[in-house]
Amino acid sequence: MKTPLLAAGLALVLASTASAQEKPILNVYTYDSFVADWGPGPAVEKAFETICACDLQFTAAGDGAALLARVQLEGARTKADIVLGLDTNLTAKAAATGLFAPHGRWMDENNLPIQWDDTHFLPYDWGYFAFVYDTTKLSRVPYNFELLASAPDSFKIIVQDPRSSTPGLGLLMWVKAAYGDRAPEIWAGLAPHILTVTKGWSEAYGMFLEGEADMVLSYTTSPTYHQIAEQDNTKAAAIFEEGHYLQIEVAGKLAASDQPELADRFLEFMLSESFQSIIPTTNWMYPAVLPKAGLPEGFNPPIAPSKALLMSPSDALAIRDTALDEWLTALSK
Amino acid sequence: MAYRAQQITLWGVSGYGAAAFLVALSLGTLLVVARASAGGAGLGSADFAALRFTLLQALVSACLSVALAVPVARALARRNFKGRTWLITLLGAPFILPVIVAVLGLLTVYGRAGWLSDAFVWAGLERMNIYGFSGVVLAHVFFNLPLATRLFLQGWQAIPSEHFRLAAGLGMSSRDITRHLEYPMLRGILPGTFATIFLICITSFAVALTLGGGPRATTIELAIYQAFRFDFDLAKAAVLALLQFAICAAAAIFAWRLSRPATFGSGFDAPPQRWDCTGISTRLADILLLTLATLFLAAPLVVILFKGLSGLSELPVPVFQAAIRSILVALCSACITLGLALALAQTIARGARFGGFLEASGYLSLAASPMVIGSGLFIAVFPFIDPALIALPITALVNAALSLPFALRALIPVVRKAEQDFGQLADTLNMQGWQRFRLMTWPRIRPAAGFAAGLAAALSMGDLGVVALFADPDAATLPLMLYRLMGSYQMEAANGAALLLVALSLLLFWVFDRGGRMNAAS
Repeated sequence: MKTPLLAAGLALVLASTASAQEKPILNVYTYDSFVADWGPGPAVEKAFETICACDLQFTAAGDGAALLARVQLEGARTKADIVLGLDTNLTAKAAATGLFAPHGRWMDENNLPIQWDDTHFLPYDWGYFAFVYDTTKLSRVPYNFELLASAPDSFKIIVQDPRSSTPGLGLLMWVKAAYGDRAPEIWAGLAPHILTVTKGWSEAYGMFLEGEADMVLSYTTSPTYHQIAEQDNTKAAAIFEEGHYLQIEVAGKLAASDQPELADRFLEFMLSESFQSIIPTTNWMYPAVLPKAGLPEGFNPPIAPSKALLMSPSDALAIRDTALDEWLTALSK
Repeated sequence: MAYRAQQITLWGVSGYGAAAFLVALSLGTLLVVARASAGGAGLGSADFAALRFTLLQALVSACLSVALAVPVARALARRNFKGRTWLITLLGAPFILPVIVAVLGLLTVYGRAGWLSDAFVWAGLERMNIYGFSGVVLAHVFFNLPLATRLFLQGWQAIPSEHFRLAAGLGMSSRDITRHLEYPMLRGILPGTFATIFLICITSFAVALTLGGGPRATTIELAIYQAFRFDFDLAKAAVLALLQFAICAAAAIFAWRLSRPATFGSGFDAPPQRWDCTGISTRLADILLLTLATLFLAAPLVVILFKGLSGLSELPVPVFQAAIRSILVALCSACITLGLALALAQTIARGARFGGFLEASGYLSLAASPMVIGSGLFIAVFPFIDPALIALPITALVNAALSLPFALRALIPVVRKAEQDFGQLADTLNMQGWQRFRLMTWPRIRPAAGFAAGLAAALSMGDLGVVALFADPDAATLPLMLYRLMGSYQMEAANGAALLLVALSLLLFWVFDRGGRMNAAS
């Protein structure tokens, strides 16, 4: 009696896996918060699957830097077709691995404050690093790094460690882009104000919300989150005269992908209306291509593009170790 | 015990199997990482600064934890009061908290904007600033004082109550009891406990960095992390991991040399009545000590409770699914830990050859860098199977190995004692294998086994470190979900998830611990 039932059940299972196998699978490696239920992942997956006749599967790995380390660990055998979530501080290193293929397209119309000419990676969103503060607690807000450095010693900021966090590395580049050879001097001035350095963004931001420090390194879009999602208008980003360092988040196609055409279609989809309109209120960044309806209501427009600071990927790679040494020296005293 | 013939049975060799598994997991993964690297690596001055800081903070943290735990455990051992068992369960909580939750809880009490700072300001003083060396030590004592207390408490409970009765009959003072009973017991337990905590603090990373106030507080584990992520220099990561192993090995040898297992003979295992400390001053001292320790440990937990309550109602469904997944992983992990620990403890206690080596293997996972274990496993497994497919089994397995050292600390002494007291009797009855275990060993070690399994389950609930590389986005565990919530600005929900995590961990611990002690012989 039992055997036919079992066989039928087995046949059913086999049939269902077979039908799933008919659809090609596109593997996208990305960072952790992208695939969270309240992140862009679920909506992106749904939108792409309605047009691609494929199965989009995400694999999550920490943050941008962890993502690159993961792909390097896997090497040419990686099953990833697309890596989504590196930024321009990492792209030179990523391209040098030889694991990525050129995308072969022009980025004519975009919403970026800079010209885009990278041959291997395409941007999907961007934002500015900034120090965020509580408007009810802080009246005299520093508007450049030197003012911040000359603030009373009780004025404290929390930053992330560049060795373990993407924003932390961003701040390193920010100071370097704004001050060049004067960077060690700026860091020495900032050192007494750095309450602590955290492993990642979450720890730092959590401590800031607890009231541990006056400002925290985050993004100009962070206050927008509090305004839109929590109707809380007490957070603001301190705008610095030197300008703000850009974080441009990008995706690239793996050279070893077994679904190169599908991967190309995904990159095209990534720059399309449906993907781009998901980004602002899920990833809390500016879309790389502005949707027709513009930014969502209540989303603060970005600061003027003339204030954008960015190192070219090759400069960022070349200067990284020096900048880290300067940072370590200043903060270890 | 050498005259006792050893029968070669499955039971006899199971300990060697367990040891081989642990060596493969900790040293094997290190080898895999080293092999995957391209070339040699030199250490810079920054690495030696990291080494110095790592050693110093671990030494101070371990000294303080142990020094405070001895009087607290003694007060707990000789006082009987309402809620004592609850207090002991609660003592398990700090140790199992995910780092980020514990740090935020600690800061709400001891931080710049914390309760104590507010009180200081109210009293006209400056705000507290714990960031720096003191912050690192504070956090490490918060994590490890409870563990040390629990281990010492077991030591006290292992002294048969007849001894105390005899001591009272002889008119011994508190000081005499300390000299003749308590000191020999501590001599057996203290070095190992000290070494365990020292090793835990050595591999600390996020706590040290966050509360240490910056790169001055760089530990070796952070340097390993940097080698992986920032430089992708696998050779350097392997060299640093080896350095970490060397330090840990030195600490372990030191503990082993100093340790003198206490032999108390056997008693009827009734809870002791202490006639020597009924005086009002020792009583007051104990009450004060227990109150202070409870305040220190419980205040951050109360914070987590109150912050989490409002977030609990907002938790999205996936968080509960993650919670169920975590409970399953924790249960599997507890079973594996218990299996491995019993195999090792039995073999060691029966005086097997290479007993020292077996015991050392049980502590290897403490010395291993979580980052290296995770990456080594990943490199080894990746060519054969999709890592995401085996994410949960691997999590359970690695968590089991990580909790093993604590399980061994609890189990080896009691298994050894069971062998000493009843082993010869069992031999004369020709009791071997399963029979011997079921009738002789198990009833004597049940409380310790319950504690060990509970600790393993709770630790497994809270752990995240090693298996981040394997994480399957659709099968996240509760701690991973907690980090995701925080990473997406969902602080309220994250607080709720933290409360859920703490509550579930404690519940698991309580169920096992209680189950072990219920109707137990001792």
